[in-house]
Formats: sequence, C-alpha cells, structure tokens
Amino acid sequence: MSQVREIRVDYVARIEGQAEVLIKVVGGRVEEAKLAVFEPPRFFESFMIGRRCGEAHEIASRICGICHVPHQVAALEAVEDGLGIEVDDQTRALRKLLNYANHISSHALSVYFLSVPDYFGKPDIISMASEHPDLVRNAIRLKKVGDDITERFGGRAIHPVTLVVNGFTRIPTKADLEWAKMELLAMKGFAMEGVDFVADLDIPDFERRCEHIALSQEDQYAINEGRLISTEGLDISPREYRAHIEETHTDYSWTKRSIVRGRDSFLVGPLARVNLNFDKLSDDAKEAAKRVGFKPPVFNPFMAVLARAIELINAIDDSVSIIENLRIEKGPVIEESFEVKAGDGFAIVEAPRGILYHSYSFDSKGMIKKADVVTPTAHNSRNIERDLEALAPELREISPEEAILKCEMLVRAYDPCISCSVHLVEVG
Amino acid sequence: MAKPKLAVVKMTGCAGCQMEVLRIEDKLLDLVGAIDMAYFYMATSANRHGPYDVALVEGSVSTPRELRELKELRERSKLLIALGDCACTGCLPSIVNWVPPQESAKVYERFLEIHSKKESFQKVYPLSAHVRVDLELRGCPPHRDTILEALKGALLGIKPFLREHPVCVECKMKENVCLLVCEGRPCMGPVTAAGCGAACPSNGRVCEGCYGPMSDANASSLAEILAKRCGLSKEDLIGKFRKYAGLMPAFSKEAGGAI
Repeated sequence: MSQVREIRVDYVARIEGQAEVLIKVVGGRVEEAKLAVFEPPRFFESFMIGRRCGEAHEIASRICGICHVPHQVAALEAVEDGLGIEVDDQTRALRKLLNYANHISSHALSVYFLSVPDYFGKPDIISMASEHPDLVRNAIRLKKVGDDITERFGGRAIHPVTLVVNGFTRIPTKADLEWAKMELLAMKGFAMEGVDFVADLDIPDFERRCEHIALSQEDQYAINEGRLISTEGLDISPREYRAHIEETHTDYSWTKRSIVRGRDSFLVGPLARVNLNFDKLSDDAKEAAKRVGFKPPVFNPFMAVLARAIELINAIDDSVSIIENLRIEKGPVIEESFEVKAGDGFAIVEAPRGILYHSYSFDSKGMIKKADVVTPTAHNSRNIERDLEALAPELREISPEEAILKCEMLVRAYDPCISCSVHLVEVG
Repeated sequence: MAKPKLAVVKMTGCAGCQMEVLRIEDKLLDLVGAIDMAYFYMATSANRHGPYDVALVEGSVSTPRELRELKELRERSKLLIALGDCACTGCLPSIVNWVPPQESAKVYERFLEIHSKKESFQKVYPLSAHVRVDLELRGCPPHRDTILEALKGALLGIKPFLREHPVCVECKMKENVCLLVCEGRPCMGPVTAAGCGAACPSNGRVCEGCYGPMSDANASSLAEILAKRCGLSKEDLIGKFRKYAGLMPAFSKEAGGAI
C-alpha cells in the first residue's frame, strides 16, 4: 500500500491576508501542492471604470495597506504615460524616496516581525522581546523610520495623500530632508548588522532554478521605472508586458497566477532584484552581501530573507544619496490640474514583494474605461506552488509539525500580500 | 487579575488598518504588557479562539463565510470594535455595489468556475449591517492615536473620546487657508468626520471624505455649493459622495440613491 501523506496549513499566520496550503504526497509522488487563497476578491478593476483618471492612484492605494506607495506610483506613472505627461526629476526623486521608505518599512516588517521568529522557535516578535530586547527595539525602530518618512513627506503613513498626477501637493522643506537623512543614517548600523544576523540564521538548504524577473535601469537600482528583465533573457518595456506575461485561473483560489508565455512560472521580489541588479546596489550593500557569501544568482527562495536584509542597506544608502543630490526647484501642484485627453498608459513598479503592473485606458474626458492591475503576489503565486511541489518529497522525512512550519516559512519568504492578489476577478 | 484578551480580525480589506495598529510601535511593548494579544494572524502564529474582551475587526463583510465568522465573533466578544472605514461604512470597495447588474453577471459567470463558489461574493456591507457594533473607528485608515484612545477606553472601561465634528474644525485649528471658500476647490471637509488632523487640506489637497460622514452632515447643502461654486457635474457629485461612504444614509441621496 502506498503511503499517503497530507500536509495542511489551514490559515498561514504572519503573512498579510488569508491563505491556506494543501500538499498531498502519495508514495513518492506529489499529487497536489496548492496555495489556496480564501480571502474574498474586491473588484477594484471593475469599480474603477467610470472614475476620473486623476483618482486612479488614490483608489489603487486601497488595494493594499502595506504596499500602498508602489500602487500609487504605478497608477500615477500609468496615467501620466496615457496623458503624455513627462514628470520632472524632482518628482521622480521624491517618488523614489517614498517608495524606498515603503520598502524599508515593509522589509523590516517581513524580516523581523514575520520571518525571524520562526528561526527562534517563537510565535511572534513580541515574545522575543525579553531575550533579544535590542533586536526587537531596533527592528521596530527601522520599520518606524520608513513609516515616519512616508508620513512626513506623504502627509500620512498609510495611504499617503501628497502624491498626485504630475507632482506633489506639498514639497518637503530643507528641514524635512535633513531630518529624513538623519533618521535613515541612524539605522544604517542596524541594517548592516542585519545582513550578518540573517546570514547566520539556519536558512533551509533548498534550491529550485526558475525564472527571476525584475525591473532594471542602467544607471541606478530600479524600483520605480525601467525595463523588465529576467534570468532567462526577457527584456521588455512596461507597454509590452501583456504580450509576454499570461494570467490563468484555478478552481481553488481567488488569486490568479502568472506565467511567462511559452515558459513557466517565475519569481519576483527582493531575491530577483538582488540577483538581476547586484551591480547597482550601493557599495555597502554589495560589500555586506559579499561578506556573507551571497553570490548571485541565488535560486533558494528561502534566501529572499537575506535579499531583504541586503536591500535594507541599499534603500538607506540610495535614499540618503537622493536627498543629498535633490535640488528643489518645482513647487506644489494642485490635484487634477492637468489637461485630460484619451489615452492608454502602462507602468511597472517594484513593490517590496516584487513587480507590480498597472495599465489604464481612458476616454477624451479622462474617465477610466479599462483598468488592469497585476500584483507581485499574483506573479509569485504559481511559483510558490512549484516550490512547494519541489519541497514536498523531503517533507515526508520530518514530523508533521516541522513540515507545516517549513511550508509556512517558504510562503513567508515570499512575503505574500494576499489582499493585493485578490483585488480583482476579471470582468468580461 | 487576568489581562484582557484582544483579538485583531480581518475581513475583506487591505490590511492598512492592521498596519496602523502595528504603528502603535512606540507603545506596542507597553501595550502588550497590559493586554493579552490572543488573536492577530498577521502578527503571530499563536492564535487562540475566544472569548475575547475586545475584538478589533478590520474589513467589510462580503461572503457567507465572513458573515458566519462575524456572528460567531460577536457572540464571543464583550466589545466588538469596527476598525476603519471598510468595517464602518464599506469604504471604497463598496463602490462595487453600484456596478451595473450586467457587469456583475459577467463577474459571477467567472465565479462559477471557481471551486470556492460556495462562498460566492456578495455585495459589500459594513459590520453594523449584520451585527451590533459597540464602537466605530472611522478612517482609511483610522489614526493610530484614535485606535490607542479606543483601546485605553476599553481597558479602563470608559467611553473613548471620538471626534464627530467635521474636518473643518481640525483644519481651522491648523490655521489652513480654506480651500473651498478661498480657492473654490471641491473639498469634502464640511461633511466629513474629523480624526485625520485635516491630513489632506494641511498638505494642499482637498478632503476626499475618507472618514465618512460627520454626525448630522448636511450633504445636500454641500452638494449644491460644490455644483454652483466649483462647477461639479451631477456625475462628479455622485462620484464624490459614493467614493468612501456611499452606503451611509447621510450620503446615500447624493451618492445616487440607496441600492
């Protein structure tokens, strides 16, 4: 009789949103490995139809309470692309600063609040406080720096309000910029130690080669613009995205899944970014990565935690350099003060957990006729299952508790954002 | 005496309100000394089922599964607090309630392919449409000070101080120039509940109404002013009043009628 082993995680804790993992191994064969999302869909793309294009980013922000800034930036860039608006360098720099602030907050949360407790056998960060008080206080403070910069520059920490089409409604003062620089530099030491700390964790030894996809720019670490490149030679503009990336449904999950046309599932997020853009990292980030033996490309999905720690250094360094090079020349703009016209716009932005695609079509009055948003977790969802499939055979060798923990750790390493991924079910 | 048990529960929403709970970080370590964090899936894997002294519920109700969970939670919780707009008003996702039936039908057709169709999506409603809610914390998201105020009130057994006056009061206290009166821009401040510290007008942007209606809001009067003074069309007005709180009785007429 063949041995049947089922592993079921009913509600994966310490991730954003509601999802379960189901794995069935019969004999030596993996019969199923599913990431089933039971979080209900929210239809953003259907109810954005008929709204003004100048509101797209404000509405899209509510797709996700964690990566609201990248959703706003992607929506703004897509709308500006459709309107033919070329934004100035100051606006681009401030948007990049805000997206980095979001990456800092989200990565600090993912690494220290969500992933690290597993390696200490603890249920959460708070229960680590008595044994590791400095670590916990610094982790909280690092997350807070990202939130505080968003609040001071964006007018609110979650769903900021100053970002609008063609600029900002409030321009930071010199004092704001100096303050942000000091706050960032104060956390640099902890971010540097963080790489060694994470590298010393007992990260599972597991490798599965798959396509890694990230934004890339020639002259900088790309998070807000650039071309989409991959470890398998993909090299496209945001406008060409739909011709290359395909979405499919499953019958057990609210999240749609992406594959590269004619190929397979792929991985997006910090590991893909660090693998593909290693040379563009700040010197200290690169040094830290080399010191702990991170040699790109790394194909162990659990190593995303280390990639986040590396990116935390880069985010601090690059933010400081943006502040130092920023010349404020343009004043605030009034929301929706642009000329509307018909158009189609496309944008791809790196959210902390990977590439985020936004596209809008609007009519001559600037009213949205079609909205298309594909989130990082939708991009990763099929790849998580492929990893679970590959992981399944070794799960037979360990206790059910350990097997469940390992599945959860894998899912957490992707830092999925389930609410994001179920923002839609395709209309029509 | 045992510490009061707190649950943070998520229904249909973006997790932004839970993120705002985590933003009480300065006081988080003190707070966990005073309460027993019994259930908070986004933050811990040690979750216990009730009864709870306080349940903070983020998100709206949009599936039968959520409705069952909410009713059960109500029975197991002494105090049930609606955390944020989705839970209080339905917020932005409630706009979908007005999506034309033929569009919804297309959506449902797709749904039938999905195995979890037993949990088919229904319209978006706030918690109070289904159960008794003891306290509503408005905002998208509610400010962390408001959440802290509510938690302190719950711990001490006293009524928290929540602002029901309009955003205009906070805006005046910040000495902002009035965007509506002085610049003729379409600001929702006069009918919107305060609590954000006039976040948008203080940053050069009109209030979009993300805290929903204040107490005794005169929506029709503001709609008239926005039409006459700011030149908003009927569609613009419906769009504005429907955006964050179109399901609320105070806004429903201007939002294009009840659904």
